[in-house]
Amino acid sequence: MVRKFLAVILLAAGVGLAGAGEALPSVADPGLEARVQALAEVLRCLVCQNQNLADSHADLAIDLKNQVRDMLRQGQSEKEVIDYLVQRYGDFVLYRPPVKSSTWLLWGGPFLLLGSGLAVLLVNLRRRRQQAGAALSETERLAVERLLNGDDEGKK
Amino acid sequence: MRRFLLPLVLFLVLVGFLAVGLRLNPRQVPSPFIGQPAPAFQLQQLAAAEQTFSPENMRGRVWLLNVWASWCVSCRQEHPVLMDLARHAVVPVVGLDYKDGREPAKAWLSEHGDPYALSAWDSDGKVGIDYGVYGVPETFVIDKSGIVRMKHIGPLTPAVLSEKIIPLVKELNGA
Repeated sequence: MVRKFLAVILLAAGVGLAGAGEALPSVADPGLEARVQALAEVLRCLVCQNQNLADSHADLAIDLKNQVRDMLRQGQSEKEVIDYLVQRYGDFVLYRPPVKSSTWLLWGGPFLLLGSGLAVLLVNLRRRRQQAGAALSETERLAVERLLNGDDEGKK
Repeated sequence: MRRFLLPLVLFLVLVGFLAVGLRLNPRQVPSPFIGQPAPAFQLQQLAAAEQTFSPENMRGRVWLLNVWASWCVSCRQEHPVLMDLARHAVVPVVGLDYKDGREPAKAWLSEHGDPYALSAWDSDGKVGIDYGVYGVPETFVIDKSGIVRMKHIGPLTPAVLSEKIIPLVKELNGA
């Protein structure tokens, strides 16, 4: 019995070790890998569109990460890699859209809404202040006094 | 009455935006290639490893580059459309066999029929990346001087073919 248990435990440990061996990242150059990772976080995976390359395990994302790694290894700069991908996949590949004429509404929209909200608020506040500040005429003042004193004459 | 007018207008504008937004297909990413030269490459042909194919070979002709793979399910869906196109010999179609094994790809063609003038074998998908391929099947219309004129993402349908691609091919051939 004990021997059987031991065998199972050994087997499990063996499986665990095998798995661990597989999961070991084959990073020969941690500096390069950090640059690849940094780029992968600002690039969009085009298959699973709301993920960046770093998060995605889609085939294309892995291919693109390899492409990025190859290009960086060949000594190209981050900007060259991004330009290369934008040339092929368009601005959409950038997780952070560039500011240009077709995206000004996207970038400016929230501020536009904020501005118009503030404008509405200001106009309303000013109108309210004007209403509060309007002086009563003599007859109105007398009418108010009558009502406040509980005098019914005002109602007739 | 007037106090309801502004919220109503805002609501209608919002509905308008949503109505348009819901109809857009997020998979149709505009290709930056339209009007640009098709990237050059040199690949082994699928059927004959000793022969190569390069887009340069098609210079002077209007042609389609259709990206496909034997593992691609939607390619099966568009396959009859391509077969039909090949039967009518409207325009030469070159296949780009994307990230595929040579044997499965050849088996797939002999099983379903081969609509391609030839297929280039992009085993590691590098040419695919060069062409900005992200969802197979994709189809490029390339003109006589090697400029990409149109890109269709996803399976070709008879409607896309007869309403967009064939008129474009005719126009490019006439010019």
